[in-house]
Amino acid sequence: MQGLTFDIAHLLAGTLVLVSFIELYQDRLTALINVYAAHAIVLTLSVAWQALAQHAPHLYITATIALVFKAAVIPLALRRIVIRLGIHREIETVVGVGPAMLIGIGLVALSMVVMLRVTAEADPLAREDLAFALSVVLLGLLMMVTRRNAVSQVIGFMSLENGLVLAATGAKGMPLVVEISVAFSVLIAFIVIGIFLFRIRERFDTVDIQALDRFRGERR
Amino acid sequence: MALIHDLIFQGGQMLLVLGLAPLLTGFVRKVKARLLRRQGPPLLQPYRDLIRLMRKDVVLAESASWLFRIIPYVVFAGTWVAASLVPTFRSGLLFSWTADLIAIIALLGSARFFLALAGLDVGTAFGGIGSSREMMIASLAEPAMLMIVFAIALIAGSTQLSTMAAFMNSPEVGVRVSLGLGLVALIIVAIAENARVPVDNPATHLELTMVHEAMVLEYSGRHLALIELSSFLKLLLYVSLIACLFMPWGIAPAGVEPVLLIVGIAAYVGKLALSGLLLAAFETAIAKMRVFRVPEFLGAALMLALLATLLRFVSRSF
Amino acid sequence: MVVYALFGVLALVALAPVAIALGASSPATNTVYGASFIVTLALCVIALLALFGHPGPAPAVVLPLGLPWLGAHFRIDALSAFFLVVINLGGAAASLYALGYGRHENFPQRVLPFYPAYLAGMNLVVLAGDAFSFLVSWEFMSLSSWALVISHHEDRENLRAGYVYLLMASFGTLALLLAFGLLAGAGGNYTFEAMRAAHPSAGLAALVLVLALVGAGSKAGVVPLHAWLPLAHPAAPSHVSGLMSGVMTKVAVYGFIRIVFDLLGTPDWWWSLLVLFIGGATAVLGVLYALMQRDLKRVLAYSTIENIGIVFAALGLALAFKASGMTFAAALAFTAALLHVFNHSLFKNLLFCGAGAVLVATGERDMEKLGGLIHRMPQTAFVFLIGATAISALPPLNGFVSEWLTFQAILLSPQLPSWGLKLMVPAVGALLALSAALAGACFVRAFGISFLGRPRSQAAIAAQETDVNSLTAMYFLAALCLVAGILPGLFIDALAPVAQIGVGGHMPVQTGVEWLSIVPIAESRSSYNGLLVFVFVAMSGVLAAFAIHRLASDRLRRSAAWDCGYPDPSPLTQYSAGSFAQPIRRVFGTLLFRAREIGEMPPPSSTRPARLTVNMHDPIWDTLYVPISRFIDYATDRMNVLQFLTIRRYLTLVFVALVLLLLVLAIWP
Repeated sequence: MQGLTFDIAHLLAGTLVLVSFIELYQDRLTALINVYAAHAIVLTLSVAWQALAQHAPHLYITATIALVFKAAVIPLALRRIVIRLGIHREIETVVGVGPAMLIGIGLVALSMVVMLRVTAEADPLAREDLAFALSVVLLGLLMMVTRRNAVSQVIGFMSLENGLVLAATGAKGMPLVVEISVAFSVLIAFIVIGIFLFRIRERFDTVDIQALDRFRGERR
Repeated sequence: MALIHDLIFQGGQMLLVLGLAPLLTGFVRKVKARLLRRQGPPLLQPYRDLIRLMRKDVVLAESASWLFRIIPYVVFAGTWVAASLVPTFRSGLLFSWTADLIAIIALLGSARFFLALAGLDVGTAFGGIGSSREMMIASLAEPAMLMIVFAIALIAGSTQLSTMAAFMNSPEVGVRVSLGLGLVALIIVAIAENARVPVDNPATHLELTMVHEAMVLEYSGRHLALIELSSFLKLLLYVSLIACLFMPWGIAPAGVEPVLLIVGIAAYVGKLALSGLLLAAFETAIAKMRVFRVPEFLGAALMLALLATLLRFVSRSF
Repeated sequence: MVVYALFGVLALVALAPVAIALGASSPATNTVYGASFIVTLALCVIALLALFGHPGPAPAVVLPLGLPWLGAHFRIDALSAFFLVVINLGGAAASLYALGYGRHENFPQRVLPFYPAYLAGMNLVVLAGDAFSFLVSWEFMSLSSWALVISHHEDRENLRAGYVYLLMASFGTLALLLAFGLLAGAGGNYTFEAMRAAHPSAGLAALVLVLALVGAGSKAGVVPLHAWLPLAHPAAPSHVSGLMSGVMTKVAVYGFIRIVFDLLGTPDWWWSLLVLFIGGATAVLGVLYALMQRDLKRVLAYSTIENIGIVFAALGLALAFKASGMTFAAALAFTAALLHVFNHSLFKNLLFCGAGAVLVATGERDMEKLGGLIHRMPQTAFVFLIGATAISALPPLNGFVSEWLTFQAILLSPQLPSWGLKLMVPAVGALLALSAALAGACFVRAFGISFLGRPRSQAAIAAQETDVNSLTAMYFLAALCLVAGILPGLFIDALAPVAQIGVGGHMPVQTGVEWLSIVPIAESRSSYNGLLVFVFVAMSGVLAAFAIHRLASDRLRRSAAWDCGYPDPSPLTQYSAGSFAQPIRRVFGTLLFRAREIGEMPPPSSTRPARLTVNMHDPIWDTLYVPISRFIDYATDRMNVLQFLTIRRYLTLVFVALVLLLLVLAIWP
């Protein structure tokens, strides 16, 4: 039974990494938002499974928050924004898909090496969860770095945050307060950025942040 | 006595794959047609096509060389040998140790190498375009395939297909994320290798997007029949490979127990039918890609396989 | 044994003045190549006897040459014997080939004296038993091959190739010199025995490893020190190109193995990461460069770089296993590397001979002007095809066996103790797999464009089959490729004593395995039987042909090509070498070579042709060599002032230098 518990937790965390890769691969905004919703659903499942495995009912609340906000509310809102802005087919990457994926693979390898060496004596369940969580965080950062469009940077930031939640639930005895605060901070960040987007739109008529650079005279 | 049995089963497997391969293709075509609400050709149409082609004269281009005439036999022989080394309904094939999974893939690579040469032999633009694109696809599909083999072999501790199948059938496999990634990557590679939608379209002619069909455009008569049969065999091989690695249930152990053998054959046919259904449904649902989207598609397979190899290190046993 | 070998080398050296004496007379070619053939064959037999003879400490011969307190040590151990086989087998084949090919040489007096000297130099490197004679022989080999590279000096390109080669060769020798200096230590005992006995500290060992990698690697052509190789190898006459690519790079591998595996002891595991990574990168870059070339011999030279990458990756693997104390796995990887050394020497020699035959028949190296040669030169095409199949690592030929063994060694990587290696080794495996697949594309292109299709030039239409001697040599090499492919067990067993020297262990004996399979680890784990694969494929092919011809139809009609109903008589409508590589260039080259295609369409109603220009940049040349040469230009410009000083100032300089040296002496502890 222990084996199966481990395997499923492992599978879900691995799927989260995989979905992060799909986010990197996607270059259309609406599809990207859908993938982000999938990311959140996998996170929900993973957290719920941890709740079951660790007999920690408070984690169910975290799972519910993830499901409601991250998998439903935020993607729907983002989709509205994208449609309102009329940028749903925008293709906007700094590096090509191939190199970004290669860098991603390298980052996963890096986080494996780091985590597995540092946490050699830890509980295996927490250990592999941490390795995956670090990968998800790094992939989220990578996405923020390699995308020009503000909306996809927001998505990168939120999947980074999903990685943090995964790490938090993997470690036993994490208090719930932190969960809620993390979730709310993201929501607030999202609102702020959402408003910010509209302001950019009004001012410069684009959400490509390269336009900001141009405005400041940094490029060209 | 046991040797004679093994010999019989090895021979039986060779004939079985040869006999079933056109049926699988016919089945996929039929299901696809039905999904599009067409009647579709009868299930046995591929056999009739093969027989018809074999009886026809070969019309050979004037600029074709001796190599062009040999290649269909080489391609057919390579594919057939590879296909008969993959366990189908019974494990413990007599010659299974002749070639492990890496060698089987390389054998298919040999077949493709020669087929690409055939595309260049007559000296036409279509043949060249087919060969050139086929090699581009192969240059990504082959490493992806080898990485998949690595990922699975690192878990199973062997590249020998019978050992791998036995391991996959044992309870210690469990649910592993590496295997899941490997399966997805393997399906992508299988689609590309068999020139199916969305990488290539087996049903088109006279289109600039075609790859495999362009390469064999100059073939006719019995040569074409052999090339077609090889591609049927290749599809069967990949389906058998996926079945043997990821659906290893029901494969009869080495022995002559009639009940187990019947179960094995039934399970094999069932797996083929299921895979055929899924393939047809997938092909119907998706559109063909531009040629230069294919590298990204296959690159994703390569990445998945690499990821599978990496993630293998965070699994239980290590 | 070593005495006989030295006599053989002496005979080769003596042949050089004979060649000078004979000059450009007509019997010169036959004499020199005939004698070289006999001597190298004899040396090959001696080396085989030494390899299969009784193992044990090899007695050294000390000649009173070179440094007075050192003498010149020569000996044959299993490692030297194996490389002697590689050198002299290649030398014999090249000499036999040159009996035919050499007749087409315009100025034989420029090639003949250096050819036997070059063979002698390579033999001496392997025989040398101390650092001094090793380096002298190494330089001798470099200089004689340099003379061969510039033998066609009418061509400016060849002169430039010779210049770059000379620079890189000196640089490599310098690195080796430093490596030996560090190994010998302050005591300065330059015999290999003394170096083996001394155990350098970890930091020193790492430095020696890097220097050996630079020194031997620059001769072998590892990226980024490969720049001279694709210039120099094709510039030489074809049989020499074959020797340079197939054999001299192997002598460089010998140098690396001798220093790192034999003399150095066991360095830390993380240095193997460097070798592994460089090997993998060399393999992929080499074959990608090869795919972008249109000169047939240059394609082959770049593919040499790829194969050297495979060898170095396998050696890095062996180093990793050795440092982790896994003798068995190290033996597997080491044997794979050596087998690939042997295999590559066979098929690369064969392919260069084939390219030489094409060059003689058509006067062309440019693939865009060839085509359809299979009709005019069927036998050359056949052997070239065997070489191309073998080098693409396809079963049942020999290239596949060594790649397969390498992959088996890679699959042992989870047992490595360090995490870095565990994750790095499969990544290198991916690079090797990529390079193998690209090599297939590269040789479909090389063979398909040159030999298949319709002739693209008048020269290709008028081509004639090459002579008997050349064909014999090529058939001999092709037969060896097949034998080594279907009976690999024999070759693996022969390598056991060599692996014993390199990593202190060897693979299990293969000759006893049923059905002549090879089983590197255990039968439940992996096995491969080249013979049966060959027999099965041949049988099913023949069976299918027989059945179809008997039961169905065997009639055949000739007619114009179909080509979807639009056949065009102009051979220019075929796919060319450039267009064949286009998809791969777009997939890989956009990033690596910054390849850009500029299509220029004429405006409507204009009759100008459309133009396609492709711009490519060599990343290594641009980022490494250009800055270095700029810096040297700059530095020499500054130094130029020194040429125009007064005598008083020159004296001042000498004086200051003297005082500085004295100061150093005073401060030195």
